[in-house]
Amino acid sequence: MACCKTVIYFIIGKIPTIMSIKVENLTKYYGEQKAVDNISFEIQTGEVIGFLGPNGAGKSTTMKMMTGYMAPSAGSVIIEGIEVSEDPLAIKRKIGYLPEHNPLYTDMAIIDYLCFCAEIQGVERRAIDDRIRVMVDLCGLDAEKHKRINELSKGYRQRVGIAQAIIHDPEVLIFDEPTTGLDPNQIIEIRKLIKKLGEQKTVILSSHILSEVEATCDRILIINKGKIVADGTAETLRKQATGEEVLKVQIETIAGESAETGLLGLSSVESVKKLSDKPNYFQVYSKAGQSSRKPIFDLCVQNQWYLMELSAIETRLEDIFRNLTTADPTISTSHGDDHLALTSKEEHL
Amino acid sequence: MNKVWIIARRELFAYFDSLIAYLMIIIFLGLSGFFTWLSTSSNIFLIGQADLQVFFSISFWTLFFFIPAITMRSLAEENRSGTIEFLSTKAVTDWQIVTGKFLSCLLLVSVAIACTLPYYWSVSSLGNVDHGAVIGGYSGLILLSAMYTSIGIFASSITHNQIVAFLLALMIGMFFHLLFGLLAGGQTGLASRVFEYLSSRAHFESISRGVFDTRDVIYFASIIFMGLFLSTIALGKRNWQD
Repeated sequence: MACCKTVIYFIIGKIPTIMSIKVENLTKYYGEQKAVDNISFEIQTGEVIGFLGPNGAGKSTTMKMMTGYMAPSAGSVIIEGIEVSEDPLAIKRKIGYLPEHNPLYTDMAIIDYLCFCAEIQGVERRAIDDRIRVMVDLCGLDAEKHKRINELSKGYRQRVGIAQAIIHDPEVLIFDEPTTGLDPNQIIEIRKLIKKLGEQKTVILSSHILSEVEATCDRILIINKGKIVADGTAETLRKQATGEEVLKVQIETIAGESAETGLLGLSSVESVKKLSDKPNYFQVYSKAGQSSRKPIFDLCVQNQWYLMELSAIETRLEDIFRNLTTADPTISTSHGDDHLALTSKEEHL
Repeated sequence: MNKVWIIARRELFAYFDSLIAYLMIIIFLGLSGFFTWLSTSSNIFLIGQADLQVFFSISFWTLFFFIPAITMRSLAEENRSGTIEFLSTKAVTDWQIVTGKFLSCLLLVSVAIACTLPYYWSVSSLGNVDHGAVIGGYSGLILLSAMYTSIGIFASSITHNQIVAFLLALMIGMFFHLLFGLLAGGQTGLASRVFEYLSSRAHFESISRGVFDTRDVIYFASIIFMGLFLSTIALGKRNWQD
């Protein structure tokens, strides 16, 4: 709890004043199984948050409890200052929710369906037509608007799902896996739409695809086995994971001699690993908190070597994710990043 | 109330948008019409009285089979397709969802029953009809329908499967329709009176003779309420701590 807050304050750089959502010690049991385990976090107004985690990590359950669909076993969710269990109707009006698998009344025409959603969410009668028009524009439904939902492709159904979620102009949007089953073009479209919505609203989306949350979210919460294991922007998560700088260096020496001893001689270099069969192609690990870029350059100048390549290896979010969500971190080294020290958030913080 | 109507209207449109509503009405009219006018054993012409008692006692049976077929879809289909999650995260209560469904099914049945009003016109041009009895009979049919609808909604609320919902509704309905009456016949004293009261037949018959007794109305109203109440609880079972 305290750790999470510290992280949030660290990221934002100041103590946040407007809290859109506050989740405290949220827990849900399914029988004996703990699906959500004492989760706490806060979300500011206007943030786009990504819940990231493997399937069955508790993302959907958390979302269901946030929407008031399911009562938590323990803990509380406060949205816009209202406790969800105290006034579920008021909460439901503030929330736009796209459930997992996007269930729709498939026998209805799109416009009728949106009209029904607007009415049931208490949109004023004279505003309904206008809202439907805005939704059709915003979600790009114009070409298909006279069809029935069961005649639509999956991408369009998803757009209808998003349209029904935002038709009553809610302050908080909760999308459970908004892009599953879509083709790459559709995914990009939906992401664009979510980004657009995120400019004005608080958006929470869940996904098990990293690139997705990285592309759309301001902040990422990695959830595993019902617990939050990491919390921060893509950048901070990367920084947490790589305590030290990793460089890829290729040097061409005049006589063809090895540069390895030279590199190892630098004070900032921790270790050097040979990459491939190419001569003088290394991965250089710096000591914690130090950078070896300038010393490497100076070394080349001194010896009159040519520096062919000098690039920093960015830890990919994939690695962080796999590290955090698999029990054994050693299996998750996709490009030799066995230096990832982070095995769990608790340990790191 | 407004929310209830929004849900009920959507359901009604769904019924009339597909073949369900029309098929149901045709089957209902076909069955009750056949037994009222054409059946060789007990049709109106044979009995030779200008009243609709034959029709009412036939409908007592046809509605019993006909209503579960309408209600089976209502919540079971929502449970199966997951739209129940969509609906319950809108600004409506579970009670409103249940009563909306109930209202839509009851309205559909009422439309079917209203289609038999020409019978009344036919009979009244054959002789002197007891108008009170006819009004009572139709009220009885509506009350009876409301009861079976409520039972059907409950059966539909606890399953994902429409067939299960149908059979369950028939099974529960069978107790009120027949079994309590039979049990009452086999018992004496208090038990007999309790079972007699629980059986829908006596209540329906007294209303359809044109006798309005508050006890009959309370009987139907309480079963209707019980059905809707239990359905609401069944919808809320996602919140149960297990």
